[in-house]
Amino acid sequence: MSNYFNPEFETLSRAEIEALQLERLQTTIRQCLKNEFYRKKFDELGITPDDIKTLADVRKLPFTTKQDLRDTYPFGMSCVPLRDCVRLHSSSGTTGNPTVILHTQKDLDEWANQVARNLWMVGLRPDDVFQNSSGYGMFTGGLGFQYGAERLGMLTVPAAAGNSLRQIKFIKDFGTTCIHAVPSYVTRLYEVMKEEGVDPRRDTKLKVLAIGAEPHSEEQRQRIEQMMGVKAYNSFGMSEMCGPGVGFECPEQNGLHFWEDYYIVEIVDPETLEPVPDGEIGELVLTTLCREAMPLLRYRTRDLTRVLGRTCACGRNHIRLDRMRGRSDDMMVLRGVNIFPIQIEKILMQFSELASNYLITLTTDEENDNMTVEVELAQPTDDYKQLQTLEKEIRRRLKDEILLTPIVKLVAKGTLPVSEGKAVRVVDRRKVYQ
Amino acid sequence: MSIHQLSIFIENRSGTLIKVLDVLKEANIQIIASTIADTAEYGIYRLICSEPMRACEELMKAGVAVAPSEVFAIEIDDQPGRAAEAVKTFSEAGISIAYMYSFLLHGKGILIFRTDNTELARKIIVDSGLRVLCDEDLSKIN
Repeated sequence: MSNYFNPEFETLSRAEIEALQLERLQTTIRQCLKNEFYRKKFDELGITPDDIKTLADVRKLPFTTKQDLRDTYPFGMSCVPLRDCVRLHSSSGTTGNPTVILHTQKDLDEWANQVARNLWMVGLRPDDVFQNSSGYGMFTGGLGFQYGAERLGMLTVPAAAGNSLRQIKFIKDFGTTCIHAVPSYVTRLYEVMKEEGVDPRRDTKLKVLAIGAEPHSEEQRQRIEQMMGVKAYNSFGMSEMCGPGVGFECPEQNGLHFWEDYYIVEIVDPETLEPVPDGEIGELVLTTLCREAMPLLRYRTRDLTRVLGRTCACGRNHIRLDRMRGRSDDMMVLRGVNIFPIQIEKILMQFSELASNYLITLTTDEENDNMTVEVELAQPTDDYKQLQTLEKEIRRRLKDEILLTPIVKLVAKGTLPVSEGKAVRVVDRRKVYQ
Repeated sequence: MSIHQLSIFIENRSGTLIKVLDVLKEANIQIIASTIADTAEYGIYRLICSEPMRACEELMKAGVAVAPSEVFAIEIDDQPGRAAEAVKTFSEAGISIAYMYSFLLHGKGILIFRTDNTELARKIIVDSGLRVLCDEDLSKIN
């Protein structure tokens, strides 16, 4: 069997990739202009599709931001009639309007193909058993991997999130050879395996882990590999592009291949929006090349990374990007959940007992990432019960909002650092950003 | 007929308690009794001192989060059984005690307590003729 799932695309030379990209970019622009949003943007910039003659001309195109997606909620960026769409994925919208990404059947097929290509790349074949521990539903890690693994032809176990004992039983009983999980959940699974006397090397058929959806360091990956005794490959996805599948590590484990037959990849300075040289960290900007329902031009992902190379020993000449190094906005990714500080602030400010100064600290404790929220009390009190009730209520309301239970610490007024100008609200001490 | 206790929110972090004590030292205020319970993240440092209202001002000036609260300070003879008698007076009236601590002052036992019903407690103290301290009694100790 071939090493490649789509040999005709995966093994293109750089020149062939770029020729294909230009052709697909021109098609994509025509598709975009079916929608008023992009027609207006083109008018404002005074450009027409004819201005895009070379691949470098992509820089003449307008950027698209998450705010644009919010402003056009729900269907304002659709480039096809709604009856041609077969699915949507929506973000929770806790920081404003939600965002909606629409898919035609062809969009879903292309998405599944990208995921299948990735899983094939790391050695999975139709006789493998794929278990997905992502949440299903609006979270694209569920259905995205599901359809991709089915496309490849594996037996799929849509275990969904949580219930570690059941996950382990499935792994053993069904002979799972690959599990997809957020890195912190792999660690959790391993802990439960240990408690249950299950040795992943001896008692399971695991051979590959697909990990993603939360930032993790090279050290963390290596720990996971040592624990489970198998290779763990980094996956990149975002719902705005489709979901998982956009980028994935090959067996060389030297950066993630971003599929350039599907996307134009740019790395720009988040301040000037000018391109940065290869090797320098900047913001990842993606243009979709195969989307029908919602093509996006120069989408600002807000993820920070850098180009590692454009060729690879694996034979794929698709651009290699470093693991994500952080964000150019203040979004935090914790255990696969995207959280903005403003969501936390919004909840804290609902409590009259609290002052307005607060600090969010992210730490790696043993193997798990945790969030601590310190907040100042508005008034001193003589009542322990009141403090305990308050603490509990803050925790509960935060959990409803961000889906994780942070550690809440009440502190006296005046104890948190007050910075000049814009207050520092988030301190990230996780091991990710070495 | 009550005294002012100071309640200070203290985080479990080295240096927070000493800051409070230094302010009191500088202001020449005497600590008569104090208590702090151990919880995981923070404690409430409860303090009986000479000149509580001046102490409160000085602490606030130093940026310490402090709240004065009125508590009853009952004086009893330093003999077995006196605390039981005093507390019984309240429990018979159906009053719950939120917290209590005690110390000796000039050879007398002092019970500091806070109840869930201050008004009723006040009435019981008057009716039963229990002797209670007021802030002036605290300033006289120096």
